[in-house]
Amino acid sequence: MQSYIPILFFAAIAALFPIAILVVMALLRAKAPNPTKLSPYECGIASATDAHDHRFSVRYYLIAVLFVVFDVETVFLFPWAVMYDKLLLFGLIEMAVFLYILVLGYVYVWKRGALSWA
Amino acid sequence: MSDATFALVATGAKILFVWVIALATILPNLVWAERRVAGMIQDRPGPNRVGPFGFFQIIADGTKFFMKESVTPLYVDKLLYNLAPWITLMPGLVTFAVIPFGATLPVTIGGVTREVPLVIADVNIGILYIFAFTGLGIYGIVLAGWSANNKYSLMGGLRASAQIISYELAMGFAAAGVFLAAGTLRLSGVVEWQQQHVWNVVPQFVGFLVFLIAAFAETNRLPFDLAEAEEELAGGFHAEYSSFKFGMFFMGEYANLIAASALLATLYFGGWSLPGVAFTGVWGALASVAVFFAKTIGFIFLFLWVRWTFPRFRYDQLMDLGWKFLLPLSFFHLIAVAAFVAAK
Repeated sequence: MQSYIPILFFAAIAALFPIAILVVMALLRAKAPNPTKLSPYECGIASATDAHDHRFSVRYYLIAVLFVVFDVETVFLFPWAVMYDKLLLFGLIEMAVFLYILVLGYVYVWKRGALSWA
Repeated sequence: MSDATFALVATGAKILFVWVIALATILPNLVWAERRVAGMIQDRPGPNRVGPFGFFQIIADGTKFFMKESVTPLYVDKLLYNLAPWITLMPGLVTFAVIPFGATLPVTIGGVTREVPLVIADVNIGILYIFAFTGLGIYGIVLAGWSANNKYSLMGGLRASAQIISYELAMGFAAAGVFLAAGTLRLSGVVEWQQQHVWNVVPQFVGFLVFLIAAFAETNRLPFDLAEAEEELAGGFHAEYSSFKFGMFFMGEYANLIAASALLATLYFGGWSLPGVAFTGVWGALASVAVFFAKTIGFIFLFLWVRWTFPRFRYDQLMDLGWKFLLPLSFFHLIAVAAFVAAK
């Protein structure tokens, strides 16, 4: 754990630096709000609807779900990759089986059209 | 001076060095460099009026960021709206803590010589740390897009999230090949391995290409800047931000760019090492720092060059490239690397 202490210091500076600038600059800069300035930007036309009332493509959701599945696989790959010089042939076959199952799922998802946007 | 005091001072000096060089020098100058490179590529002068070669343009730009009125639109989610730029900027900055930027530096104080490894924190899960923090960066963009309550922002945030998570997969698979060859997740271990054997870019050229393309997508740079897409989304996720809050997104993008360049140099181009050169002694260590920053700046230039050369992808092309080309390619690359290592 010792090696993480410098990271803590580094992260603290990174976290406080923008906040410090924001606070200092808030004292210096001009402030002249008016209703038009504070309305949502929409190319100069008054907004007719709320942005959150609009629907968006379900594919974004699908991509997120697929990401979770495949990202967990990547996490499994890292310890395997590091220990590979000790596992060797056993590790290779083991991972070939693992990746084979993964590729099956990938091909299925592709065939069902989940990866196409057109 | 006791060992504990020395370790504390050395760590403080390293943190200061990285802040001064990487973040306080390269980052602001990158804004100027980008505009000069853009001018060079488009056969026009670029900013050249403020100071020699327009060098003080960064001071003018910076002052503008600080002094402009900070407009917070009425219908935003205040908490998330203010938090989002901070979440975007943080991960880009903290990545530098685990990247080794030089060989071991011997320091002699009072007749005692101590070795200082030139990396702020040499953690044994270096790459997982970096992936974890760059993964957090997505939250900043998504929250910015959602909290601004603006249609352009919402679209930009959605696009960015889908794009970044898609390319993160290929990036992870490509990087796994490097750690498989080196047998460690420690970045200094990867550099040492490359010093003893060969730069990873030679045996793992395919992995390098996948990682490079994914790095462009992860940093939201052209040809993958669909999250911003000025022509259709009017700036995308940061359309409602102004003043220094916009500046934080801007700095976050550049911090990510520098981090990605440093990571590319470390994983595939030998980090601070050069083939056939042993960096020993004080001058050797300093030379290795220069080598590391030269490689990093080389990659930064590549990022700028590509930005002003290629047009933007269409969204379906972007998703096809990530999911149907880079992902399977990185699968097969990893299997090939594993088979090659097993055969040896």
